[in-house]
Amino acid sequence: MEAAIEVTDLQKSYRGRKTGEVRAVDGVSFRVETGEFFGILGPNGAGKTTTLEIVEGLRRPDGGEVRVLGRSPWPHSPELSQRMGVQLQSSSFFEFLTASEQIETFAELYGAGRRRAAEMLEQVGLGDKAGTRCQKLSGGQQQRLSLACALVGDPELVFLDEPTAALDPQARRNLWDLMRVINAEGRTVVLTTHYMEEAEALCDRVAIMDSGKVLAVGSPAELIRGLDAPTRVTVAAGQLSGARVAELAGDGTVASDEEAVVFETREPRRLLTALAAEGALEGLAVRTANLEDVFLQVTGREWRG
Amino acid sequence: MSVAAPERTGAPPRRSRAYLSLIRALGLSWLRDRSQVFFNLILPGMFLVLLVSVYGSNETPVPEVLEVGEAPVLERAEPGDFEVREAADLDSALEAVADGEADAVVVQDGEKVTVYYSQTDATAGVVALERLSGLVDDVNVTALSEAAPEAPVLELATEAAEDNSLQPVQYLAPGILAWGIAISGVFGAAGTIVDWKRDKLLRRLRLTPASAGTFVGARITVSLLVALLQTALFLAVAVAMGLRLSAWTWFAVPLVLLGTAMFLAIGVVLGGIAKTGPGAAGLSNMVTMPMAFISGAFFPLAAAPQWVQWLSALSPMRYLNEGLQKVVVGGAPPAAVLPEVGVLAAFAVAVALLAWKTFEFDEL
Repeated sequence: MEAAIEVTDLQKSYRGRKTGEVRAVDGVSFRVETGEFFGILGPNGAGKTTTLEIVEGLRRPDGGEVRVLGRSPWPHSPELSQRMGVQLQSSSFFEFLTASEQIETFAELYGAGRRRAAEMLEQVGLGDKAGTRCQKLSGGQQQRLSLACALVGDPELVFLDEPTAALDPQARRNLWDLMRVINAEGRTVVLTTHYMEEAEALCDRVAIMDSGKVLAVGSPAELIRGLDAPTRVTVAAGQLSGARVAELAGDGTVASDEEAVVFETREPRRLLTALAAEGALEGLAVRTANLEDVFLQVTGREWRG
Repeated sequence: MSVAAPERTGAPPRRSRAYLSLIRALGLSWLRDRSQVFFNLILPGMFLVLLVSVYGSNETPVPEVLEVGEAPVLERAEPGDFEVREAADLDSALEAVADGEADAVVVQDGEKVTVYYSQTDATAGVVALERLSGLVDDVNVTALSEAAPEAPVLELATEAAEDNSLQPVQYLAPGILAWGIAISGVFGAAGTIVDWKRDKLLRRLRLTPASAGTFVGARITVSLLVALLQTALFLAVAVAMGLRLSAWTWFAVPLVLLGTAMFLAIGVVLGGIAKTGPGAAGLSNMVTMPMAFISGAFFPLAAAPQWVQWLSALSPMRYLNEGLQKVVVGGAPPAAVLPEVGVLAAFAVAVALLAWKTFEFDEL
C-alpha cells in the first residue's frame, strides 16, 4: 500500500538575528502508513513543528523530499488541502463569531454543508455551545472546536500539532478519546507532542526528535523493548533482612535506605514471586522502562518535557 | 488499523464561494466589534460636529455693542447690524468687553467717535469695527451733502457679488473624512496583521482548499466596504451640519476606495513592524496624527506656516483631502482631480511595494 507520507532527508535552516543560522530540521526521514496513528515526539524546540509545517505545505524545505498522499505539498494545491485536516498549535478563529458560525465558515471552504458542520460540532461534544462565541469557550473546548474545523472536510489525513498542550488532565483525556475515534474512522493521524505518556497511549509508531534530527522510529513497545532496561521493584524497608535482600537481588542490583529497598532486575517474575512468598509486598511499586528512558538513551540526557 | 477509509466525494469549492463566505465571516466579526464600529463609523462624525462647533457656526455673528453715554451715531444703525446696550461708564464697559460679554464699546464726544473693540473674539470684534466705521462714513456723507448740496460726494456702495469664502463645515468635512479614511485603513490593517501573527488565522486558512489570496482579497474587500459605509454616514452628518453636496459628489467613491487601498498598505507596513496590538495602535497614531495636522484635515492649510505647506506635499492624506474638497464641496468634475488621483495611486503603488519588500510572511 502507498504510504500516506514519505519524508526523505528534509533540511530547513533559519537565520536568527542573534543566533546566526539555526538548523531547525536536519536530515529528517520517516514514513507514515495509511491509517496509522503516527507521533512525532520531542522536547520544545526539537524541530517537530517545523517538520510538520513543511509536510503540511506551509513551508518550503531547503532540501529533501516530501510526498503527501502521493504528491508534493508545496506549492499549495486545493486538491491536496481538500484531503487534509489541520489543527495548528494555537486555536485560529475568526474573532467574535460563534462556534457554529466558525465551523460553518470552515465547512464552506471545504465545500461541505451546514449539516456536516452541525454533526461535527456534535461529535466533538460542543452541540450545546453552538451559539457561544469562540473566545468564550474554555481551552479544552477551543481545542475541540479547532479539531472539528480540521475534520469538517472529511479528511483522509489529519495533522494535530500539540493539541493537548496547556490543557488540564481531564480535558486532555477527553481529547485523547476523540483522537482515538478519528483514527478508528480510518483516518491517518500525525500528532506532535512533548508528552511521553500521550505518545505511548495513542500512537502506533513514534519518531523521537531532538535538535532537528530523528533519533529513533518505531512503536512505543518496540522502542522500550529495544532498551533492554531492567525492571525497578521497590518495597518498603524493614520487611527483609540485609542478607535476604542481597540474596533476592541475584544478578541485579539493589539499593536501600531507611524508607525503601529498590531492586533493579532482569527477572522481575522471579523476584516478585519470591517477595510475595515472603509476604514482603508492603509499599510495592514496579516500574518498567518507558519512552523517557528511550529518550535518555538516544540523546544521552534527561527528558525535561 | 484496518478500518477502511471513508468514501469521499467532496471536491474543493469554487473560489467565488469561498470568497463570499470569507467576506461574510470577516464582515460579521467586524460588525460585532463595537470598538471598531465606533472608531470607524461614529468617531469621524463626532469630530466634525465638535470642530464645526469650535470654529463657529456658518452665520455671521451679530456684534454686541455697548453705548457709553449718548452716541447719536448709533441711531442710524440698521436693525440687525448690532445689538446695542447701554453701559454705565467706560470702565465697566471695557471690563465687559474683556470678559467677552460684549464685542465693542462706542463713546461719542461731539464729532469724535471712539470704538474700543474686542480682540478676544476677533471675528465679532472686527465685524463690529467694520460696521461701526461704515456707520460713521454714512453719517459723514449725509452731513456733507446737507452742508454743501452742490459739492459732489463719493459714496461707496458695496454688494457681495458671490460668497466665495468657505464656511467651516465646507472645509472641515472633506478633511475629517480623509482623516477618517486614513485611520480606518491604517489602524485596521496594522491591527489585523498583528492579530494574524498572534492567532495564525491566515496560516490556518492557507491550509484549507481556499488560497491565501482569496482570504486576503476578502479582508481587503471588507475594508473597502467599511470605507464606503463610513463615507456615506459621514456625509449624512455633514449635510445635517449644513454642507451642500455638489453634483459630482459621487466621484468621492473612487477617491475613497483608492485612499483606503493606500492607507491599508501603510497599515500592513506598520503591522509588519509591530509585535503587539498596542504597538500597532501606537505606530498607527504616530503616522496618522502628524499626517492629519500637515494635511489640512482639521484646519485650512492656507492658515498654516509655509514649511507645513511644503511638508504636506509628502503626505498622501493631503491629496485625498484636496480631491474630496474639489469634487464634494467645490463641484469640480472628475477630470479636475486627476492630479490627486495620480498622486494617490503613485503613493499606493510605492507603499504596497514597500510592504511587499519588508514584510516577513513567515510570521503569519
